Amino acid sequence: MSTARFRVVHAGPLVSIQDAGRIGHMRFGVPASGPMDRTSFAIANTALAQPVEATGIEVSPGGLTLECVEGSVTYAVAGGGFGVVSGGSKFDGWTVATIREGEKLAVRGGSWGSWAYLTFAGEVVCDQWLGSAATHSMSGFGGGLLQAEQTLEVRNAEVREGRVGEISVPDFAKPSDRVHVVTGPQDRHFEADSVSEFFEQKSSLTDSYDRMGVRLDGSKMRLKEALSIPSEPVLRGAVQVSGDGGVMVLLADCGTTGGYPKIATVLPDDLDRMVQCRPGDVVRFVAVSAEEAVEFTRKKSEEKRAWLAELAKPRLSLGEKLLRENLIDGMVSARE
Amino acid sequence: MDVLGYKYVADRGLLIEFATEISDAANEAVIALDHAIGEANIPGVVEVIPALVNLLVIFDPLQTRHIDVEEAVRKLKPEGRDVASEAKTHHVGVCYEDGLNPDLQAVSEACDMSPEAVIKAHTSATYRVCMYGFAPGYAYLSGVPKEIQVPRKPKPVRDVPAGSVMIAGPQGLVTTLKMPTGWSVIGRTAVRVMTGNPEKPFLFDVGDSVKFQRIDRETYESELP
Repeated sequence: MSTARFRVVHAGPLVSIQDAGRIGHMRFGVPASGPMDRTSFAIANTALAQPVEATGIEVSPGGLTLECVEGSVTYAVAGGGFGVVSGGSKFDGWTVATIREGEKLAVRGGSWGSWAYLTFAGEVVCDQWLGSAATHSMSGFGGGLLQAEQTLEVRNAEVREGRVGEISVPDFAKPSDRVHVVTGPQDRHFEADSVSEFFEQKSSLTDSYDRMGVRLDGSKMRLKEALSIPSEPVLRGAVQVSGDGGVMVLLADCGTTGGYPKIATVLPDDLDRMVQCRPGDVVRFVAVSAEEAVEFTRKKSEEKRAWLAELAKPRLSLGEKLLRENLIDGMVSARE
Repeated sequence: MDVLGYKYVADRGLLIEFATEISDAANEAVIALDHAIGEANIPGVVEVIPALVNLLVIFDPLQTRHIDVEEAVRKLKPEGRDVASEAKTHHVGVCYEDGLNPDLQAVSEACDMSPEAVIKAHTSATYRVCMYGFAPGYAYLSGVPKEIQVPRKPKPVRDVPAGSVMIAGPQGLVTTLKMPTGWSVIGRTAVRVMTGNPEKPFLFDVGDSVKFQRIDRETYESELP
């Protein structure tokens, strides 16, 4: 086992270390954090045969450039339509490749998407907070936001040539303009025609977008009264309406309680797709019942589980494939 | 207090409401039910967020569903619980001296009391941790005495340091991070709500009591982590 060491040449804003998230501390004001797009993060790990929750790097459109200063390691990039430049070659994202000492690896915003995930066949060495490497962007706790000139170490780094190759992009990891939500819990605070408008109108994401939430454009929601509800628990995906009628969807690092009424909550599988939209992209909210929402999540989970199981199967490099064919040929000819 | 309603949130939440207005009784009912759920080991329940008048039970939708969690919660009997006796009381030393009390003078003027009287009122009350929120470790305390209740400032002040002891309306707070705030900072404590101890990472549980005790600068500095 060896160590691969990197120098961070460039890190855009909100490039952070993440694992699957920090569960169980919401009662103390600590959100789960973790990847904005949990689906693509799981793909990036599975493509390397890593555990789905293994620590990786979330890359924003600001991009990330690493220089390998020691060792070698196989890595994967998945999520959004990001570009990868490594060892003098250009790839599309959604790829598994190996980086070696002296080579650079750049992950840059490309044709679509807002978040890409860079994972390694090894363990990313970083700070933990409350048992998790997930970075809480507001405080910087956890693995942390990456900064230029810092070093990054991958312990037990392996070259897994058998994993190298392209990853196909499943539909469930692409943005969708139909976003399923469950209405409430405070829909009663809104004018009835305002609620139906919310479902009829198209909203677009604005550039007021970070790991805590994204503000939407569209006609303003009308509250029945200028009310302040007592602060209450908030779930990731909540569509909250502030006093001025502005709409915001709360994301991975959102507060755990808040005093703004919520008109609806986005389902997790669709939230992963929605966060890959970019400012200006249009979404439309589609209401389902809570019962339908559970069925939706179960169906999606089964679909993704089956897809990831296929991806996890060992792949062979060209050399191994030839070797295997030669062996089989040899066995066949020996029997003759 | 009876449950006002059970609301289904997305694919994974059950919001249980006791009231629409803030009251001690509603918060006590929340805390009693929170404790009861904590002991009940309801299948599929992942975590609970208690708040001022309601609490959210978060579950794994691959393991259970809203109606099953609701039925399990309905069977609990939180009414008989003595929330007060289950609560711990924490004594938090506060230094109210110059340099650590940026808004003490303004609060004293707004309340038409001497700074000494403001400190006396602040240290005489018993506060209850009624929920966490806004940022990690931000424990909202109820019970700020009426005579020192002041509204939030119109504009937040930046970079208020961790350990700031502050008030706004009926609520109090000890900050855990350097953050902007519109609350009035009247002192500073060396006590850290985020303890850094993995066994007990947060000093207060929701429902606990907090009392502030005046300490001098020397004591404050000697207690700093």
